[in-house]
Amino acid sequence: MDLALVLSTLDATIRLSTPLLLASLAGLYSERSGVFDIGLEGKMLMAAFAAGAAAAVFDSVWIGLFAGIMVSLATAGLQGAAAITLKGNQLIAGVAINMLAAGLTTFLGIQWFAQGGRTPQLAAGERFTEITLPFADELQGIPVIGQIYHDLISGHNLLVYIAFLAVPITWFVLYRTRFGLRLRAVGENPKAVDTAGISVIRLRYQAVLITGLLCGFAGAFFSIAQGSGFGNNMTAGKGFIALAALIFAKWKPVPVMLTCLLFGFLDALQIRLQGQSILGVQIPVQAIQALPYVLTVVLLAGFIGKAVGPKAGGVPYTKER
Amino acid sequence: MNHFSKHLGVLAAGVGVSALVAGAAYADPAIIYDLGGKFDKSFNEAAYNGAEAWKAESGGAYIDLELQNDAQREQALRRFASQGANPIVMAGFSWGTALGTVAAEFADTNFVVIDAVVDQPNVQSIIFDEHTGSFLVGALAALKSTTGTVGFVGGMDVPIIHKFYCGYAQGAKAANPAVKLIENYTGTTPAAWNDPVTAGELTKAQFDAGADVVFAAAGGSGLGVLQAAADAGKLAIGVDSNQNYLHPGAVLTSMLKRVDVAVTTAFKEAGDDATFKPGITVLGLAQNGVGYSLDEHNASLIDDALKAKVDELSAKIQSGEIVVHDYTADSTCPGI
Repeated sequence: MDLALVLSTLDATIRLSTPLLLASLAGLYSERSGVFDIGLEGKMLMAAFAAGAAAAVFDSVWIGLFAGIMVSLATAGLQGAAAITLKGNQLIAGVAINMLAAGLTTFLGIQWFAQGGRTPQLAAGERFTEITLPFADELQGIPVIGQIYHDLISGHNLLVYIAFLAVPITWFVLYRTRFGLRLRAVGENPKAVDTAGISVIRLRYQAVLITGLLCGFAGAFFSIAQGSGFGNNMTAGKGFIALAALIFAKWKPVPVMLTCLLFGFLDALQIRLQGQSILGVQIPVQAIQALPYVLTVVLLAGFIGKAVGPKAGGVPYTKER
Repeated sequence: MNHFSKHLGVLAAGVGVSALVAGAAYADPAIIYDLGGKFDKSFNEAAYNGAEAWKAESGGAYIDLELQNDAQREQALRRFASQGANPIVMAGFSWGTALGTVAAEFADTNFVVIDAVVDQPNVQSIIFDEHTGSFLVGALAALKSTTGTVGFVGGMDVPIIHKFYCGYAQGAKAANPAVKLIENYTGTTPAAWNDPVTAGELTKAQFDAGADVVFAAAGGSGLGVLQAAADAGKLAIGVDSNQNYLHPGAVLTSMLKRVDVAVTTAFKEAGDDATFKPGITVLGLAQNGVGYSLDEHNASLIDDALKAKVDELSAKIQSGEIVVHDYTADSTCPGI
């Protein structure tokens, strides 16, 4: 493998891990506050559809992004109402969101656009395109460093940079702000937080809405950045892989990023390994395509030891009367 | 059943309007689209266009259905057949088992299946010489490529898509024996027909590996290939329908598979036992069943010299001077 090929693989790694990273960080806020969220997939799907549809109808990528975030926030609010206010089972609320999203997006897609559930193809101004960072072209000539800067760091779309910026921001919010301290506390011991005079319900809603915001970015990435238009079930289980990454990373922002990069790398690698032979043996495509999933299972089962989540996770908070 | 309803229609014409409507509706042709959806801008849409062309021409009506999953095949067929639709046309290679069962049950209904072969007395199986059409676009790709590397992104990893690839590869090698080929598939399940994101990623990887023309034989997923080519300023080749208009200047050509013509003809002829041709019908270059598209959107990409070369190859295939190997004949692709 020469440098160009390595860089192309790593470049694809960044692209492919972006939606995982956004969704994983989204889940981090919700779960740290004590609300399990297996509805990441559904929120992303809703956002992807809304973003693709709005961008196509209003000819603007920004309106698309805005619509995606709004719909994702509304979905998160719905899930929050079920899981926090009404004290419903959090897992079931998540499953319901996933099923609702899968059915509703396809139904509305067929009704509105009559293209078998797809939204119309987006033109150039209706999706996020690659951004060339300053001096990328000038520095391209410098061996290794210039090439890495030009090929790997520059030339992604806006949402990719937002995803990776969200990592230090999340770290800061979680460990260096009052909100973060309370967020972590409410996931461990909500009664203590309540005793201190802070509203558990309010904190959990705030966390769930941040989850919605980040899922909105993740969903928009699918339909108006990586793809050009929404397609049926286009998130294809990424929400669950993001959840696996979150657990694997033990609910910590920087490990979350590294895990998502690992999963993205496996995906990029399987695309490049297709049809290649290793040590003279032709590997079946199916085996390579299953690799990321197999590794997910192996990593989760074997290597991380015990993943202990927030202690109050999954339990609706009830004030004692 | 079929004949009965037809007589009923004729009889009723002189008797009452309501009976006429019922009689006419009974002999309506039906079409069932495959997974991927009616408006996939590719295979299914070609079938839809054929049905619409028939409607415009004859003024008749037809009924149609979009499959949502594999389990619906038999059910949909049985429903249309028991409603008295005739002929029932279906597009897609996965119909073999379901049609084999249902065709035997409804001996008076005529069935037409495109892309599959079902051996029943009331079934016409239409298959296309995709390998020769793909051969031509393969030659075009290799002649147009400046890097000497051309790519292929298939949909689901199944024999019929290997048939496309095998023809494409042979055509590319015929035009440039030193050409390097990259072959990828978006998946192994029917979802692979509708996964433009994965197809786009595969295309980007092929561009990174040096390809500058990529052939998408992937149904709805092919849209991702075309988009990736347009984004990267490289060339893609569409499939089934003429997809040149989707990204003018970035789509070199489209490998046409005239599913529309097949559907129109089936609607016209297969409903009547006098013109129905059970058995296998092969549509190739000579019958204009396959070919490559040339219109105002790609005229600037294909000059006269290039066109002359490809047309010469086409003539040689039709005369038998060049024999393009068909992958589905023996599941091998010699020399590739």
